[in-house]
Amino acid sequence: MNHHASPPAVQLLLWVAVPYVCLTVCVAGHIWRYRRDRFGWTCRTTQLLEHRWLRLGSPLFHLGAFAVIAGHVVGLAVPVSWTEAAGIGEHAYHTTAVALGSVAGAAMVAGLGMLCARRLLSARVRRTTDRSDRVLFPVLFATVLLGVSATAVHNLAGGGYDYRATISVWFRGLFTLQPHPDAMASAPLLFQLHILSAFLLFAVWPFTRLVHVWSAPVGYLRRPALVYRSRKEG
Amino acid sequence: MRVMSQVAMVMNLDKCIGCHTCSVTCKQTWTNRSGVEYAWFNNVETKPGVGYPRRYEDQERWKGGWVLDRKGRPALRSGSRLKRLSSLFANPGLPSIDDYAEPVTYDYDTLVSAPAGQDVPVARPRSALTGRPVAVTWGANWEDGLGGTPEHGAGDPNLGGGLAEKVRFEFEQTFMFHLPRLCEHCLNPACVAACPSGALYKRMEDGIVLVDQDRCRGWRMCVSACPYKKVYANHATGKAEKCTFCFPRIEAGQPTICSETCVGRLRYLGVVLYDADRVGRAAAVPEETDLLDAQRDLFLDPYDPEVAAAARADGIAEDWIDAARRSPVRALISEYRVALPLHPEYRTLPMVWYVPPLSPVLDAVGAAGGSADDPDHVFAAVTRLRIPLEYLANLFTAGDTDAVAGVLMKLTALRSHMRARSLGDPADRGLLDAVGLTPEQAEDLHRLLAVARYADRFVVPTAHREAATEDQGAAGFRCPVDAGQGPTPLGMPTRRRTDEGAP
Repeated sequence: MNHHASPPAVQLLLWVAVPYVCLTVCVAGHIWRYRRDRFGWTCRTTQLLEHRWLRLGSPLFHLGAFAVIAGHVVGLAVPVSWTEAAGIGEHAYHTTAVALGSVAGAAMVAGLGMLCARRLLSARVRRTTDRSDRVLFPVLFATVLLGVSATAVHNLAGGGYDYRATISVWFRGLFTLQPHPDAMASAPLLFQLHILSAFLLFAVWPFTRLVHVWSAPVGYLRRPALVYRSRKEG
Repeated sequence: MRVMSQVAMVMNLDKCIGCHTCSVTCKQTWTNRSGVEYAWFNNVETKPGVGYPRRYEDQERWKGGWVLDRKGRPALRSGSRLKRLSSLFANPGLPSIDDYAEPVTYDYDTLVSAPAGQDVPVARPRSALTGRPVAVTWGANWEDGLGGTPEHGAGDPNLGGGLAEKVRFEFEQTFMFHLPRLCEHCLNPACVAACPSGALYKRMEDGIVLVDQDRCRGWRMCVSACPYKKVYANHATGKAEKCTFCFPRIEAGQPTICSETCVGRLRYLGVVLYDADRVGRAAAVPEETDLLDAQRDLFLDPYDPEVAAAARADGIAEDWIDAARRSPVRALISEYRVALPLHPEYRTLPMVWYVPPLSPVLDAVGAAGGSADDPDHVFAAVTRLRIPLEYLANLFTAGDTDAVAGVLMKLTALRSHMRARSLGDPADRGLLDAVGLTPEQAEDLHRLLAVARYADRFVVPTAHREAATEDQGAAGFRCPVDAGQGPTPLGMPTRRRTDEGAP
């Protein structure tokens, strides 16, 4: 697959149409799910059924994921000009990003590996695996592995790929409604696959247990300890 | 003063025969579904015993309930809110399903479909979690009637210190009683305080603690925070579920299903009024042995005109104030003071109280060569009961043996008085005077505890419909038969329910 030679129509499909469709499905899906299925809106924990693997794997995965997401926000949302204005040079930026990203990525892969292993190996957990999980876990795992491989191949082993000059520009363009499919077309294949798989993940997100991400209970820190409700409130 | 009303329960343990009818009718009503096969909103334990889930009273292990922080304020034993949020990914205090018992079903079909053969077909047990054949090695009441006690008995967390030795040493003089347990619908519920989503709440009108199924996100902090382990994780829906105090029945003025079907007629339901403003202070008294009196002090006297006026001002309806006056629960807790809370040292201010068991006392007097009419002989016997006072004190009074002995002496005096009366013996006021009861009070208490007519046991006012919205009460409740996924083989857990018929 050589995107340098691919016709503009394919580029338009992959880097404009697919992202917008996936994001639309994601937003509309969340609205639909919240209105139709608040009862099913849960992390669907299986700690009751198996706790030895989960005790290690779940914190590893979640904390790794937090760091990885934070890294993506910085890498994709912050333009190069801003970091340079802050006095962070290209080399310093990439060294830090690769170092922190490797640790976070390793934690996430190890944690997700343990969680998937227990889901397959523990009969109790396997029985609770439903259709949405059968889609979610492969897509999530593929996204994570492709992202880690892209970093390993191009930024650890290779000479370093400056995704901030291409991918980040394209990504920000999606949200300013000025997409630059050409910026993406020149990116290495692993990055392209990682991005496509990530958008697929966004599309299936509202129909899986991942909705629990939006329920992160930060309001808990501020509310009174005891909750009273009147029957009137229903 | 802020007056709130609660429908509370008292159980008279002397009358519990351990028949489990309450547990079975509760299960049929609320938890005969996949995902909660292992859950018993109501269960009956044999004491001494490790309980259900295993050793749930060991708060060093499970970190349930409240403790006082350095400034003397109540804080959840499981730590700060931040700490709880940081353990969302793996909750260290969550029991595993093996601590409850692996749910099983049986190959019933083999009984009718097995081909003709030499042997009688049998229904083998299969795990309801995996569908595989499984050996049944534990259950919610594995130790029924002290079964296995030589092996497990010392695991009872209430047998601390030398008590375990004493009990084991005197095994031929063994003792047991049954302890039915359900959600305590606490005044200071740890599960509510621990819920990161704010899904658990206490209803202001009747004090019932419920889980809003639409707000629960399955963080399971309630399960570990409840020191009684009476919130359960539904492993099919991924949400918390708990005893609802049968609120649809309570709202209709009917007793809970466990109370209605209790064969021994040992359950009492009634309204108590309490001062919500003082709940925090009562939960924070420094000495654990003072918690019993601190909670008793929270309860308000509905005969007091000031209390009645304050209750009206706080929106409590006249029929509820009247029900509080006629409440058998109020009478047993506050007036006769014969009911005690379970584990007050957890500082949750529980609202299911117990009249402690007394069974062998009059026999003990005779066996010791004493006279059952002589207060000194009788009261001396109370302290030498087969059921050691220390054990009851660890359950009901945070270790205060005097408080338990006081209740048992009152019950003993009542029994002696009523026996003398029915045998036509000359009235001897000595016993009654010693425990501070008048003959009229004694007869009233006798009517309540021994005659225990339906109308006396259950004084439940109906909920006020004018105060209800259409979706009333359904906040924490979905119809259990509405699983909507067709028949499931072997009672397997149905997957997460998609909510087809939701409004």
